[in-house]
Amino acid sequence: MEADASPAAWLMAGNRSGLVQARPRRTRTVDRWRAWRRHHRQSAADSLARVLHQPLASLLTWLVIGVALALPSGLWITLDNLARVGGAIDSPATLSLFLEDGTGVSAGEELAVRIGARADVQGVRFVPRDEALADFVDQSGMGDLLSGLPDNPLPHLLVVEAANGNEATISVLEGEFRGLPAVEEVVVDALWLRRLQAIMGLARRAIGFLGALLIGAVVLVVGNTIRLTIEGRRDEVVISKLVGGSNAFVRRPILYTGLWYGFGGGICAALLVALGILALRTPVAALAATYESRFELIGLGLVDSLQLALVGAFLGLLGAWLAAARHLRDIEPE
Amino acid sequence: MISFDRVSKRYENSHDALREVSFDIAPEELVFLTGHSGAGKSTLLRLIMLMERPSRGRIVVGGQDLTALSRRSIPRHRQSIGVVFQNHKLLLDRPVFDNVALPLHILGFDDRDIDRRVHAALDKVGLLERVHAMPLSLSGGEQQRVGIARAVVGRPRILLADEPTGNLDPELSADIMQLFVDFSRVGVTVLIASHDLALISRLRHRILTLREGRLVQAGPNGNDEPDA
Repeated sequence: MEADASPAAWLMAGNRSGLVQARPRRTRTVDRWRAWRRHHRQSAADSLARVLHQPLASLLTWLVIGVALALPSGLWITLDNLARVGGAIDSPATLSLFLEDGTGVSAGEELAVRIGARADVQGVRFVPRDEALADFVDQSGMGDLLSGLPDNPLPHLLVVEAANGNEATISVLEGEFRGLPAVEEVVVDALWLRRLQAIMGLARRAIGFLGALLIGAVVLVVGNTIRLTIEGRRDEVVISKLVGGSNAFVRRPILYTGLWYGFGGGICAALLVALGILALRTPVAALAATYESRFELIGLGLVDSLQLALVGAFLGLLGAWLAAARHLRDIEPE
Repeated sequence: MISFDRVSKRYENSHDALREVSFDIAPEELVFLTGHSGAGKSTLLRLIMLMERPSRGRIVVGGQDLTALSRRSIPRHRQSIGVVFQNHKLLLDRPVFDNVALPLHILGFDDRDIDRRVHAALDKVGLLERVHAMPLSLSGGEQQRVGIARAVVGRPRILLADEPTGNLDPELSADIMQLFVDFSRVGVTVLIASHDLALISRLRHRILTLREGRLVQAGPNGNDEPDA
């Protein structure tokens, strides 16, 4: 079995003092750093190879993580797009003052001048009832129906543009205008926008909560997958510990496995969101066109997609870390 | 190099695996540990490996008091010891090269050094041509030699072997034992647990004999009286 002129000669060459130097001479920090980095590189490559070696199981894990991450991401993007809709229409707050039936044009114009002189009003436009009807006929396409009416049902209108969109200012103006004898009804035109913003604020909270739940789900999914991975690699863990592997040494490939699952899941999530945006872009554009708008859905960009993949990787790492901390400690050579 | 001072090990079921065992093994010495099944041979090796802690007594290995060693220091202690197991404990999904290289990865050797040392170790045990074979394609004797290569590849100060010839034929057993003798000759302290008295008595090294957890013989070729 032995041949002294062979490679074994080195192993056995031994002067006795030489043989007992089992450890590599890596007392320098830089050598320890190199060894640590080398093992990270090997662990990353080895765990990626193992993940890819089971394509179906890995794909299922990636999809589960992808769906869990795509849901909050997709909803968040929807909100961002809605915010763009709101922003596009966002204009100085206006109040529409519908005048009493018997109010004449001159009285309406006089009222407009009085209101326009206020410091908290930026501008006033008087819209006589005939002009209002003409506009309505023009925009609604119901000219035939309206021409059949005996009288113009619309009142004169004052469109008041407040000096600022502050909610308190609008509220004061609204209250004061309601008290004017010639005014029958006051409609704050920014109300729908405020409601939209309130709904979006609520939706953001809800999505944040849903996102937190789904992030927890991702961590649990990865943690459970890693638990099974650890069980599958129990012999390797035991043998590594028997020959001197530290907890950090045996944990490293496990952590990389979690990282690859999370990263792949993040990429899946980005793809799913992109597919959703692609599917909705045309119908949304068609809907916007009916409002004479060129609004287009905006999805995840390259940077956002990369960020989503990195978030997935981080969550995978976190899940793996928790699972490894829980299960690796229990596996000791027996 | 290895010193046991009145070491006892009692398990939770009140079974006394070792009772007041004391002995010293000098550096570079080769010692056989023998006794019937259940006599405490494996427990003694497990104590040196720190797979168990003694219930009483003191164990010193390479100047290090194992009874005072923290849990965090166990990997470093194990890195200084090569162990050969009766059931080989090989990674069955990795080729021979990876199995032998494992301790070197743990020790932080670079790829070039690992390649050189693994080939040297496999050459020493006569398996250089099976470097890429999977363990399950090897015979029991070959698997055992892979285990020996893995144990010596890091050039440890101490080599432990638990029934290394347990399932092997006499000729192969003699070859395996000769490997351990070779290692002791170049400065490794070797402790081999074996119940193959016929084989170990031929090698004329000190024999420690355990009976029901007690050391009943400790001397050259097992001729001394009990020291415990």
